[in-house]
Amino acid sequence: MEILNEIKFKMPSLSVNEATARAVVSSFLIQSDPTVEELSDIRTAVSEAVTNAVVHGYRHRRGNIELTVRLLPNREVYIRIKDKGCGIADIEQAMEPLFTTAPEEERSGLGFSVMQSFMDKLIVKSVPEKGTTVTMRKRLSEHGA
Amino acid sequence: MKLVIKNENGTAVATLSGELDHHNAKELRAELDRFIVTAQPRELAIDFGSITFMDSSGIGLIMGRSKLMKECGGRLEVLNPQPYIRRVMKLAGIERIVKIR
Repeated sequence: MEILNEIKFKMPSLSVNEATARAVVSSFLIQSDPTVEELSDIRTAVSEAVTNAVVHGYRHRRGNIELTVRLLPNREVYIRIKDKGCGIADIEQAMEPLFTTAPEEERSGLGFSVMQSFMDKLIVKSVPEKGTTVTMRKRLSEHGA
Repeated sequence: MKLVIKNENGTAVATLSGELDHHNAKELRAELDRFIVTAQPRELAIDFGSITFMDSSGIGLIMGRSKLMKECGGRLEVLNPQPYIRRVMKLAGIERIVKIR
């Protein structure tokens, strides 16, 4: 993978860092001049993935969340969100729209659906008791660039 | 995140501003529920016009308040969502549950 630029950011799984992660991604992507809509799609997808790590991955404890953002050739944005939390036993079920294991927290079960529809590619890898890695890609348009 | 509620003759408007995510939703939900249960408005409209960010946490917030309003004999509406917030709402099929204006 040819990487044009990259940041790695590590944060504890505090819910306040959902906003931190969005801000970090936005700041890094300014150099690529994304459209308002593209940036909002990416911010929303990142927010969903980080929230999943906070709410589900580290449900009963605190741990670290690692965020990696890369700029690849052809204006492709690569984002990886990794936790070492409890993992997902059944990824297929977790990705079903409206499926949630936290209804008491009013989690709508739409996190993965949002990531899938707002990004071009979504890959979820998870090992129970080891953690979950979400990788997403989105190609930015060539508007005026 | 800021919440201002105006209530006139059983018709209430709750105006939200700022970013609506999982971190903020909890407090917001408690405040709205307190209002619904004590004031028992016939209609509650949540105004999203000044929301600068919303992820699927906002969907949980709308669905939960819609349910509580129904239980209290009232109705919930959603006002002024910006286009990208509307996309999240559309994905959730929220317009089948509440009216969006």
